[in-house]
Amino acid sequence: MPSFTLLGQALVSGLLAGGLYGLLGLGLSLSWGLLRLVNIAHFALAFLGAYLTYEFGTELHLNIAFALLLILPTFFVFGVMLHWLFKRFGVGEFGSLLVTFGVAVIIESLIQWFWTADFRRFETPYASSSFKVGPIYVPALELAAFLTATVLAGGAWLWLNRTYVGKALRASAEDAQIAAAFGVNHRAQSYLLSGLCSAFAGVAGVFIALISTLAPSQIWTWLGVVFAVVIIGRLGNPLGALAAGVLIGACEGLAMAVISPAWAPVVSFSILIVILLWQPRWL
Amino acid sequence: MAISGNRNGSLGGLLAVGAALAFMPMMGFPAFYDSFFYVIFYWISLATSWSLLSGYAGYFSLGHAAFLGAGMYTSATLAVKFNWPFLATIPAAAAVAALLGCGIGALVFRLPRLRGELFALMTLAVTFVLATVILNTPIDGGSGVFLSAVPVPAIIKSQTGSIYLLGLAMCIITLAIAWTVSHSKLGLGLYAISDDEDVAEVKGVPTFRYKMIAFALSSGIAGAVGGVHSIYVGFLTVGETFGIAVPLSVILMSVLGGARHWLGPAVGATLITLALFGFASAGQTIIGRAVVALLLIVSVLCLPEGIIPTFLRRRRLAAARRLASAESARVEQEAAPAPSSASTPAATPVAVDVSNLKPAPAAQDARVVLEVEDVRKSFGGLQALRGVTLDVREGEILGLIGPNGCGKTTLINMITGHLPLSGGTIKLGGEKISGLPAHMIARRGIARTYQIPRPFVHLSTLENVEMCVRFGGRGSGAAREQALHWLSFCGLEQRAQAMPVDLNLRERKVLELARALAAKPRVLLLDEVMSGLNPSEVDTAIRLVRQIRDQGTTIVFVEHLMRAVVQLSDRVAVMNEGTLLTAGLPEQVMRDSRVMDIYFGHGHAA
Repeated sequence: MPSFTLLGQALVSGLLAGGLYGLLGLGLSLSWGLLRLVNIAHFALAFLGAYLTYEFGTELHLNIAFALLLILPTFFVFGVMLHWLFKRFGVGEFGSLLVTFGVAVIIESLIQWFWTADFRRFETPYASSSFKVGPIYVPALELAAFLTATVLAGGAWLWLNRTYVGKALRASAEDAQIAAAFGVNHRAQSYLLSGLCSAFAGVAGVFIALISTLAPSQIWTWLGVVFAVVIIGRLGNPLGALAAGVLIGACEGLAMAVISPAWAPVVSFSILIVILLWQPRWL
Repeated sequence: MAISGNRNGSLGGLLAVGAALAFMPMMGFPAFYDSFFYVIFYWISLATSWSLLSGYAGYFSLGHAAFLGAGMYTSATLAVKFNWPFLATIPAAAAVAALLGCGIGALVFRLPRLRGELFALMTLAVTFVLATVILNTPIDGGSGVFLSAVPVPAIIKSQTGSIYLLGLAMCIITLAIAWTVSHSKLGLGLYAISDDEDVAEVKGVPTFRYKMIAFALSSGIAGAVGGVHSIYVGFLTVGETFGIAVPLSVILMSVLGGARHWLGPAVGATLITLALFGFASAGQTIIGRAVVALLLIVSVLCLPEGIIPTFLRRRRLAAARRLASAESARVEQEAAPAPSSASTPAATPVAVDVSNLKPAPAAQDARVVLEVEDVRKSFGGLQALRGVTLDVREGEILGLIGPNGCGKTTLINMITGHLPLSGGTIKLGGEKISGLPAHMIARRGIARTYQIPRPFVHLSTLENVEMCVRFGGRGSGAAREQALHWLSFCGLEQRAQAMPVDLNLRERKVLELARALAAKPRVLLLDEVMSGLNPSEVDTAIRLVRQIRDQGTTIVFVEHLMRAVVQLSDRVAVMNEGTLLTAGLPEQVMRDSRVMDIYFGHGHAA
């Protein structure tokens, strides 16, 4: 049995890693739950964002803020265009899964063509910075990602529950025709949401670039865990996605410490399988 | 769809092509061609096996890599560690993969409301769990499994030729299975499940068993394909085997070619493998992948049904147009009055004054056929039925009325077994049917119509009815003839080849009726068949219901249209707020003050 300090360290690392899961899951959950579109390209977009951040940082020596300034509006427009495509051809839930898979592969090919299949690492001074709380080290970047995820998820929750546009979006997800009969302009709002989801992918991408090593094939390694996060957290619920991300991250962290790092993937999927079989009301 | 038409020729053609291809390795081509063709066979088998469940029944699986991998590791382990002869490992690989599929199916298909996306993710999750287990146990141990010491079964002299023949055999067997399934009762049931699973169950399809069979076939074939493939690749690693590439490729291939047609996945697999190979040999692997991805996007957007079904539909439409133009030419030539209106009695207003026809009162001593005893149902805190007791006598027409939300449709859902009871029993002919799965209740002789018609949208009108003949299980004789009989009985024979989307509301309602009759039920439950019909259509429907009863069928009908209730009912039962208020002769019931209270409000007499 590992020591309590080690367990505590594993728990904190897991919780913070879970913040990144939540950040990635946020856009996916919103577009799946509220627009009924399963966006696999979300992962590819996040990695495109990560590679762009890497490029700006290492080749052009620009501040990360510039990367964000460029990535957010571009990705927003991309999200709007993707949504236009779905609207134009009347694509359903499964159709969107297939189409966005195609988009993901195209982005992956683009990344591989531009940056090759080699591993890339964005070296920044923050990468190794951390501070100590009691006996436990808290890595600064992971904490920043976690806080960003919390702010974005909280903001999205407030937006959906406290503003007209957010409520209208939820009403349309429930029953688009009835919502339209009450004067909800679903079209404009769904474009807005779709753009925002893509922009969230960009934010997640910046943190992926700062925290982890990049390779085009990594796009697919996050897919399983983040899907689990989105389902467990309930589709369309931003706080749920964050909570599920933290839950799975913490469980993985503990599993790594107690059993062995190699068994970590079993944890998230076992949680997913158990929850799917249990089918609680909030699912 | 593929199920219509008798095309045994395609199976013969498939076997002939297979036999011809079997001679290819002996022709002395370079060994490269053996491998090249093997890869095509591999993807055809894999994509076709995926479509058996996911294409036909509509449950998209993202876990095909799990079954393929289970087969690969079973074959490799048995051959390397236990020195089994390689050919003997392939059935074992199929069995292990099929067991895995059945295990997953037994868990997930029992869930009451399993949504398609959740099934997809569930299978994906199983893939990752399996991969982790194999990686961390001595099965693989993280370093992979070499099959270098395993001799390739020497079917013919050249090694690549032998692998080619194994791949070809897999491919032909898989396609033959797909053809057989898609032309069988199983296939018909799976297509129905894909369109509307609840209705399929109520029409007599054993949905759980059918899904399990399809899943076992699908995963078992993938396992066998994996067994063969292990000797082709020679070195297994977890990363290569359980990646996302396999499930997504088979989906892409099937969707491109047409996942609901037995040959669709094969066409898609061939096209994509050729395209990928073309780009790879030109040194443009990355561009090739991007182009194939683009192809996927375009095909989902522009050909959502896939190449083969789109092609077949175009051809059918063209044939229908030719037929129609030939017909109109003939009619013009003869200059005869068009006979079409006379041959559709249901479409013409009937001059008979139906209000004068008094319903034949059912004999009071008639046998009770359906007994509903103290049936209760609650949805969470809402009590939809609070103990309903009702006897239905053999050969009578019982009208079931009551305000909206009083539990009429819930009662029908209880009788057909669509929803489980919270309390009470239901008996048919003295035999308890409550608690049985819906398809068993359907086979005992209960059929229903839906208030909002729910046809199987991918089956033609005739196939919709034929499906109910075959699964209702109480008729005898050729299913197609019976289906045609019921269509013309209901006056819908002109629309036999039409698809449900092309039918108007009246025709859809009549199709509902024809589907229910096709099962030859003892008790027929009609849920608001008259709503939305115009007065002359109502007259026709009333006549039709009488004719059905005259054939000996007992009828319970839920209706808001009082004219139909009064004209048709031998007895009327009134429900209110989940209870049975009263039941009796129409005149008595209508004069009951409690009934008048419900319909006209309190104090109506004042």
